[in-house]
Amino acid sequence: MQKELWKGNEAIAEAAIRAGCRAYFGYPITPQNEIPEYMSKHMPKAGGVFVQAESEIAAINMVYGASATGVRAMTSSSSPGISLKQEGISYLVGANLPAVIVNMMRGGPGLGTIQPGQADYFQATRSPGHGDGHMIVLAPSGIQEAADLIRDAFELADKYLTPVMLLADGMIGQMMEPIIWKETSPLPEVDKPWAADGRDGDGKTHFVSSLRLESDVNERFVLSLKDRYAKIARDEVRYKSIGCENADLVIAAFGTTARIAQSAARKLDEEGLKVGLFRPITLWPFPYDALAEIAARDSVKAVLTVEMNLGQMHEDVRLAICGSKPTPFYGRTGGMVPEPRHIADKVRDILREMEL
Amino acid sequence: MTQIVYERSAGLQDVDTHYCPGCHHGIIHKLIAEVLAEMDLLDIAIGISPVGCAVLAGNYLNCDFVEAAHGRAPAVATGIKRTRPDKLVFTYQGDGDLASIGAAEIVHATARGEKFSTIFINNAIYGMTGGQMAPTTLIGQKATTAQDGRDPILHGNPIRMAEMLSTLEGMAYCERVCVADIPSLMKARKAIKKAFTLQMKGVGHTFIEFLSTCPTNWGMSPVDAGKWLKSTMCAYYPLGVIKDTTAKEAEK
Repeated sequence: MQKELWKGNEAIAEAAIRAGCRAYFGYPITPQNEIPEYMSKHMPKAGGVFVQAESEIAAINMVYGASATGVRAMTSSSSPGISLKQEGISYLVGANLPAVIVNMMRGGPGLGTIQPGQADYFQATRSPGHGDGHMIVLAPSGIQEAADLIRDAFELADKYLTPVMLLADGMIGQMMEPIIWKETSPLPEVDKPWAADGRDGDGKTHFVSSLRLESDVNERFVLSLKDRYAKIARDEVRYKSIGCENADLVIAAFGTTARIAQSAARKLDEEGLKVGLFRPITLWPFPYDALAEIAARDSVKAVLTVEMNLGQMHEDVRLAICGSKPTPFYGRTGGMVPEPRHIADKVRDILREMEL
Repeated sequence: MTQIVYERSAGLQDVDTHYCPGCHHGIIHKLIAEVLAEMDLLDIAIGISPVGCAVLAGNYLNCDFVEAAHGRAPAVATGIKRTRPDKLVFTYQGDGDLASIGAAEIVHATARGEKFSTIFINNAIYGMTGGQMAPTTLIGQKATTAQDGRDPILHGNPIRMAEMLSTLEGMAYCERVCVADIPSLMKARKAIKKAFTLQMKGVGHTFIEFLSTCPTNWGMSPVDAGKWLKSTMCAYYPLGVIKDTTAKEAEK
């Protein structure tokens, strides 16, 4: 298979079409504009639908409509636009609808900046929109992985009838990398007996809704979500651990920051410091057990969380480790990207302090 | 020998509705159901219900339904009709849903000429939440959030959605109707049929505004509500065809 040079946003759009996405609805916002631009040109050629919506709110509701009829549908945006989509994501959860949402995060809050950020971690992983819900959150650290995960996102969405978010940042959206297209055929069609695609399909009337007026009925539904989430947490957790065997210190980082942290770890390795990297790929469900197991090793003196925010995944890291080891934090925020040397300095400081 | 002279439409499910006495939702549901059955569209129809009193429309009409977030029915319908162009797709929205929180969605769906039909129920008040002022509440009309009556200085003026949307190129057919008496009801039935027929021809957006009653929140008897609709509402929201791009073609 031949390597091809692709820009992140365009690779994501192409990967979605290859996976069998046949409806894309979006609204312009930097740094993800290449996704709707690419979709506008290539989705119709694949026999799919592209609509530039009047707002992010409309776009996510178009996704809701298309998905309700059984079509694989997707939208993308960046942080401020994702805030607007929260309402629709909650309705997707409430109506058991699959969908893929890409968030090319930028620095916030408010209008913030168009530079990369990771400050939507809480928004993505706690409970999207209102109510008791979750979505699967996948965090690629490169363009190959972003393309691969888009395909997985559609598969997981259909499997668990849930929205799935690809949570990346402006760096991954804008940079170019060589990638290989591993899968050539679209995902197999999934039977969707619940789809409101007319009675003519199966002779039954379908009603896709998130309304359950009787609170006991609604509680039963939310408890069914809980069961589903437990299954997802059991079967779908993904992470990468690099050099964590006999590591003195483990860095926990996701996405772009994990790549930068890996550069720092390599640099420190040359100095004889053993620094591992723990990179969650599913941010929800978070790989608590895997991280706890690594942190429990005798050699590991501390787990340093590095993020482009004020310490959001840091909370999950602390939950995983439960105080058994120190859990320092280093972050840049507001659109600033940490450099390997800054992370390396932080690691040296921590290890030096611990020796004292 | 007994003979059936009237029976429940095949377009309606065999259930009781939750609507208040004197409310026109039930009559309008029945008209839609009858037209869908008559045109043999029940098997390919997909309705989109709003947030408001008609949120349970999918439990009453005998076709597929998707329940939308407040105001978002035109966006949901866009997603459905674009991906399922062979289906008959219609939204059913109240005035708070369509004219207030969903104003952007209906404007742009119409501007794009989305090929679904809108059934817009204008009863000049928020029904389900208990009688608050709607964007369509008339000047002087009392509401729980305008207890001395709507004042244009404080609250602005009511919006004529059908006229406003008819300025957009994407609107193919727009008519305002009511079901307050039998001749009006027969006209309304024809309007629904025309909208669905034009939709299946793919001419553009089709929009039927129903002036409707809310005796509970208007504080009137059903009979008085019907009279108030015809005297006061019709004066501000005149009945009739507001736009019909197909009429010119018919003349040619």
